[in-house]
Amino acid sequence: MKQTKTTELLVGVFIVAGVAALFVLAMKVSNLSSFSQADGYTLTAHFENVGGLKVRSPVTVGGVRVGRVARIDYDSGRFEAVVTLELDSKYDQFPDDTSASIFTSGLLGEQYIALEPGGGEDLLTDGSEIEMTQSALVLEKLVGKFLFNKAAEGDQSAEGEE
Amino acid sequence: MLEWIRQLGRGGFGFFEKLGRSNLFLLKTLAGIPSVLRRPYLLIAQLLSVGVLSLLLIAVSGLFVGMVLALQGYNTLVDFGAEESLGVVVALSIVRELGPVVTALLFAGRAGSALTAEIGLMKATEQLSGMEMMAVDPIHRVIAPRFLAGVLSMPLLAAIFSAVGIYGGYFVGVGLLGVDDGSFWSQMQSKVDLNEDVYNGVIKSVVFGVVVSWIAVFEGYDTVPTSEGVSRSTTRTVVYSAFAVLGLDFVLTALMFGDY
Repeated sequence: MKQTKTTELLVGVFIVAGVAALFVLAMKVSNLSSFSQADGYTLTAHFENVGGLKVRSPVTVGGVRVGRVARIDYDSGRFEAVVTLELDSKYDQFPDDTSASIFTSGLLGEQYIALEPGGGEDLLTDGSEIEMTQSALVLEKLVGKFLFNKAAEGDQSAEGEE
Repeated sequence: MLEWIRQLGRGGFGFFEKLGRSNLFLLKTLAGIPSVLRRPYLLIAQLLSVGVLSLLLIAVSGLFVGMVLALQGYNTLVDFGAEESLGVVVALSIVRELGPVVTALLFAGRAGSALTAEIGLMKATEQLSGMEMMAVDPIHRVIAPRFLAGVLSMPLLAAIFSAVGIYGGYFVGVGLLGVDDGSFWSQMQSKVDLNEDVYNGVIKSVVFGVVVSWIAVFEGYDTVPTSEGVSRSTTRTVVYSAFAVLGLDFVLTALMFGDY
């Protein structure tokens, strides 16, 4: 009888340890505790170019994460990308002239959307669109422009010396 | 030449015959599970030998795997000045891959081989036929509890492996190598997704648990009832389990993470 009781106790401890480990993985390792997508509202924004933005990229205001990118589609009428943002319902006080820009965190980091609240009276509600957007900076375009300008300057100075 | 082709055909027949037998055997075992639930003490005894006694091995292996990952990952990441991402590297590799796979391989070696040897020896000493003589179905009494214990233990062991491994990585990364404590966890939390990574890891471990337990009890039940047969079956359990786990891991990974 005693033998079975110890057995039962050990098996109980084993099951508790296993479930606790799962719980640790869910709460401590993954992002369940920091952000839940259960209740939120969505906004859309058109961008000329979304660069390396991905679904689930963060949406921030002043560096604080307030939501995630829910979907990225292509609007064939406007030849632009449509990004659907899913914001936490805690943060629903954005004026309707809020602007959205795509930035990169660090030099090689991932891209995210930064919202900058404007000063309008009306608030953005579920499903409304952010009118003012700034596309992602594409590094190749910047480098190309820089080189082009440099080359143009070089030509001018060479002409001036002659 | 003709003889050689005929031998190949015989081998093929043997293979499919065994596959068919193992499938029928699995169905019978699954049908025996309700009777196990009516006698939970059988299950608890098996959970002890299959799960609890594997616990130390799994925990120690997990600790060392996490520590090695942290050490190796740090050496590479520090070149890019990205050592804060160490938590992500350790957590993703353990939760997605190493946790389920290494646990399943260890489980096959520790518990699967023991199951095969035990059941095979029962068959060799005609205990199984003895049970049948007493109108006790050995599948209900012997096989189903062991199978169910294996299926239940594997996910729990894999979860323990993953959690201990991540703390092993934390110990080496933060304690010894001086990675920042806060960014280790926060980067991990922002990159590891509950559905995408943790649940898929759990699904993998459940699948591996079913496969390894199935192979182990089938090889035991199907053994040639001699001492040599039992030894061969035990070897086959470990070899087949390793093949099945690694092959299935590729298939599952392709299905789960291969959509981009």
